[in-house]
Amino acid sequence: MEPKTGELLTNPIVAINVGVQDFGEALEQQAVKVIYVDWAPPAGGDQEMIDLLDQLL
Amino acid sequence: MASGFVIRKNEYYDSVFLMRIAKTLNEEPGVQQSAVVMATDANKKLLSDIGITASSVDQSGPNDLVVAVVSENPAVVEQVLATLDQRLQSFSKPTRPASYRSIDEAALSNTDTNLAVISVPGEFAAREARKALERGNHVFLFSNNVPLDEEIELKQIAQRRGLLVMGPDCGTGIINGIGIGFANIVRRGPVGVVGASGTGLQEFTSLVHQAGSGISHAIGTGSRDLLDAVGGITTLMGFDALESDPTTRVIAIISKPAQPETLQRLMERIQKSSKPVIACFLGLERHLAGYGPNFSQVQSIDEAVELALYHAAQKSKLVVREEADMERLAEREINAWAPQQRYLRGLFAGGTFCYQSQQVLRATGIPVYSNSPLDKRYHLENPDISLENSLIDLGDDIYTQGIPHPMIYAVQRRKRIAVEAADPEVAILLLDFILGYIASPDPAGDLLDAIQDAKETAAMRGANLTVVASICGTDKDPQDYDRQKKVLEQVGVHVFPSNTQAARFCAKLILAAQGARHGT
Repeated sequence: MEPKTGELLTNPIVAINVGVQDFGEALEQQAVKVIYVDWAPPAGGDQEMIDLLDQLL
Repeated sequence: MASGFVIRKNEYYDSVFLMRIAKTLNEEPGVQQSAVVMATDANKKLLSDIGITASSVDQSGPNDLVVAVVSENPAVVEQVLATLDQRLQSFSKPTRPASYRSIDEAALSNTDTNLAVISVPGEFAAREARKALERGNHVFLFSNNVPLDEEIELKQIAQRRGLLVMGPDCGTGIINGIGIGFANIVRRGPVGVVGASGTGLQEFTSLVHQAGSGISHAIGTGSRDLLDAVGGITTLMGFDALESDPTTRVIAIISKPAQPETLQRLMERIQKSSKPVIACFLGLERHLAGYGPNFSQVQSIDEAVELALYHAAQKSKLVVREEADMERLAEREINAWAPQQRYLRGLFAGGTFCYQSQQVLRATGIPVYSNSPLDKRYHLENPDISLENSLIDLGDDIYTQGIPHPMIYAVQRRKRIAVEAADPEVAILLLDFILGYIASPDPAGDLLDAIQDAKETAAMRGANLTVVASICGTDKDPQDYDRQKKVLEQVGVHVFPSNTQAARFCAKLILAAQGARHGT
């Protein structure tokens, strides 16, 4: 597929922040639109359960 | 010794938030040790190492918060744990009304997103990155400890979709003037850079800014991109993007050396470049020649900056300290050393600075030990015990298990400064201070009293501890570059504009002292 990296370098960033909130906030300080994901380990962090969930969804 | 702990089931907090709470606990009088962690397997081991074992801890998981305190005084343990709610509340930020439960949900409701910034624990990171790619987003992946096979898979998926994966273990990036992760605030300009080295990119971009020029884009690739197993996928895609980008006039590559096949592929790509390319492969002794008129190889980040400014036709120059000024300074410092003082100890927050300093010293014939050695013969068996000249990367995994990186949390470096200052053979302490987004709000302030104590310890035995430092940052950074420099200079630290220059000054001191001892 054609690289979309050129678009990233020219279009304004609209970010999804997943994890440490400070990363998103630093982007917001630069007037970047940030969408926050309120992340926690899926399925209580149980890897087998996560794999099972991923297969089902 | 008394200890106690509290478990909060299903209360997940990110690592930086936990670090802030941990810092307040450590500052409480009477607290010997503390831990504020999510109950992952690695953290449960950490808890057991400080004597916290219980079946309730064993039964906890990565979604459960554990706060533990160790003190000689049982009342301190009780009192500190009783204030936990207050502490959690005082650092909590208001819940964002538009928070989503997953990347899928976020991307479906916001069709204009183009970049996912992911910093969840390494074992979960690839899963999130995969989802972001499937939704058509580029990825900035800060998380470390992502398995190599998952990195390869992610980058191959991304490549097929024409998307960029910066990371895993990617500390910094600047895209279109926007700093991502640990980035310094720099002006826009004609210099583009791609690289596997986080603090290396920060130093390069800051020095270009300080020289009066600017950065088009700085693309981080993650520390393992140039391994043959990964094949430089992000580096090559980043390079292509910079070559096509009309605002980029010159491209720099800052990295540890690539593995052979990947180096070959990268050099073949560079040979075809229509723009000047400057490669700084730190630690690579091989001279790369025959790759066309647009290619230059340099040995240090400073040289990369100088050459980039030249190719970008900028009249500006790298900021340097005057040679005569350095000579005077060196003479004054050495004359004040006690007879047994001879060794350098470097304590770094930036891995690239540890690595580059070794290279500078090696080039002058000074052998250096390290926990992250340039030359395997000088690997420190025990990273906690320095030998002769030693440079320690305190951002190494062994120092960051359950503890935030030294760029945001100085506790490890403070302790180590005291250890080194107690050694009568130590003459020089070399430090780095890293400014910018996410980094500590006051990196100099975090170490100031530790530096003062170290100098006093040396003075008490009639010695002079020379403290040399470089600041990586710009006048636009939130920490105020000039103030950081001033407070360090006020306690007698010799501050240099770059790590290369600071390391060269250390080499000058060591060689001059050797010469004086041998009567030359």
